[in-house]
Amino acid sequence: METLYALAFGVLLAAALYLLMSRHLLRMVLGLLLLGNAVNLAIFVAGRLGSAVPPLVPEGASGLAVSANPLPQALILTAIVISFSLVAFTVVLFERAHHALGTTDPDAMREAEPARGETA
Amino acid sequence: MTPLSPHLLLTLPVAVPLATLALCALLHSRPRAQRAVSLLGSAGLLLASLLLLGAVFDGAVIATQFGDWAAPFGISFAADLLSAAMVVITGLMAVAVSVYALADGARERERAGFHPLYHGLLLGVTGAFLTGDLFNLYVWFEIMLIASFGLLVQGGTRAQLDAGVKYVVLNLLVTTLFLLGVGLLYGLTGTLNMADLARSLPQVQNQGLVATLAVLFLLAFGAKAAVFPLFFWLPAAYHTASAPVVAIFAALLTKVGVYALLRCFTLVFAGVHGLIGPVVGVLAALTMVTGVLGAAAHYDVRRILSFHIVSQIGYMLVGLAVATPLAIAGAVLYVLHHIVVKANLFLIAGVLRVAGGSYDLKRIGGLHRSAPLLALLFVVPALSLAGLPPLSGFWAKFVVIRSSLEAGHVALAVTALAVGALTLYSMLKIWNEAFWKAPTALSQQAAGAWRDRGRERVLLLAPVAALAGITLTIGLWSEPFVDFALRSADQLLGHEAYTQAVLGNAAPVTAPPAPPEELLP
Repeated sequence: METLYALAFGVLLAAALYLLMSRHLLRMVLGLLLLGNAVNLAIFVAGRLGSAVPPLVPEGASGLAVSANPLPQALILTAIVISFSLVAFTVVLFERAHHALGTTDPDAMREAEPARGETA
Repeated sequence: MTPLSPHLLLTLPVAVPLATLALCALLHSRPRAQRAVSLLGSAGLLLASLLLLGAVFDGAVIATQFGDWAAPFGISFAADLLSAAMVVITGLMAVAVSVYALADGARERERAGFHPLYHGLLLGVTGAFLTGDLFNLYVWFEIMLIASFGLLVQGGTRAQLDAGVKYVVLNLLVTTLFLLGVGLLYGLTGTLNMADLARSLPQVQNQGLVATLAVLFLLAFGAKAAVFPLFFWLPAAYHTASAPVVAIFAALLTKVGVYALLRCFTLVFAGVHGLIGPVVGVLAALTMVTGVLGAAAHYDVRRILSFHIVSQIGYMLVGLAVATPLAIAGAVLYVLHHIVVKANLFLIAGVLRVAGGSYDLKRIGGLHRSAPLLALLFVVPALSLAGLPPLSGFWAKFVVIRSSLEAGHVALAVTALAVGALTLYSMLKIWNEAFWKAPTALSQQAAGAWRDRGRERVLLLAPVAALAGITLTIGLWSEPFVDFALRSADQLLGHEAYTQAVLGNAAPVTAPPAPPEELLP
């Protein structure tokens, strides 16, 4: 089970880095999305895999029975919501940048910096 | 001192900006009311932070648990001298910058939602200073980030969009790496509470793995703090924002990274400092040198100042690398001094543009005659940044350099001194070009307009003068500040008070989260 998750993490990470290094804004957004999900998977594995029983205390018992670990799930849920909002912002920003600068290649955008070979 | 509960003391610095943010958003179509609420909110934050500092000033650490969940399970907030001092200085900057923001292009910013975003930024910053939980720190980082994204691209010019793309991608990448580190640390120890980690990490068998994780955190926080070689996003982005926005960025954003480094490497990863310290030392030297060389090469005031942020972060890292009580005290003093001076210099850069017509040093000149008060006010933070006595920067540099000499790190001390000289050079460049040189046509034109703006001039210069006053106070009356820094360094290095305040007498969580069978049937 862990092996499968570790493999999935590796594949997602590799794809994310590949997309992030490409010189195209849309691919970079997808890369960021994949990277976020790869990390979420890593948190999930770190919090132990196994039993699928929900973490509920049975009636009459004073503690938890064998169950899934709820904390990583809470962490991932938070991380998903945050990364969703940030990716939404990023998409809008990239769209505006594309519209205003007429390119999707981040290397071709040099509005904010002096041109190559010129210090000031 | 009023007997306020620690819960209230710790939540007020977060609750005030949150409430202000909500109110400002509601008052979006009423600029005057929005400004009043925004100013009140900043003043309220300063007041709340002073109450907090009052409660921890005698050396006590206060902590609270959200939702009354016992320590390692719930989310903790805690404040010691360092946290409280950082929150107070955030409050001070909040007030200074919101006064400045009333002038110099306020209407356009307000239409783009300046006030809600501004208080959102403050919310994230104070939350990051007060939290005692690593995952929670990630959440505060993200709150800070999304507000800073919004502020950075306000105005939507081409340069801002370009800068925004680079700033956003790098910062998202780095916070995701931080999250990965948090997840792996949880897998290793089963806890994310920083005080609990300080107790349980030394018991982990594989200390090499702990050091590896520490490097991951160094990478993530280092990029936030603009440490070599991860600083390029800062001079690429900061100079495109409007003057008050870049002033609050320069004051606080990188310093949250430095604070996180100080907190994590004196508390969570204190056990592996022997392995990490030399790495931090090399990074510190490279950060100082590359930053100041960048500053020496440029002619746009804001780009010079942006590169100086980078080089000054190096000095704070020297303190962390040496890590004797004196060195940590130096880093603390440096952070506090630098926040005031840097915000002030960026505000002055904003006034330069209004009074002189441009940010470009080649196009302006002669301001010593058309704006003599500004020239005088520029000298204080400029010389303080370069580290000349009797200003605050001198004492900060003095403590940092002395501590590295005492600990035998001569190379670091020599680098720090040389970088100080280069800093002075680039400050003299701004002085010569903007103030001393004969006035240009552009500056003469702007000078006329500057003389006519009475009320606006007061709003622009009052915060600059107040911050210069703070710099002078720290410089001339340095003993209590140095003493405060020493006490807070003692508290950071001997972290029993912190762990005790957060955890009480609870036993440390030692078992990794692995076998579920151990739990009660």
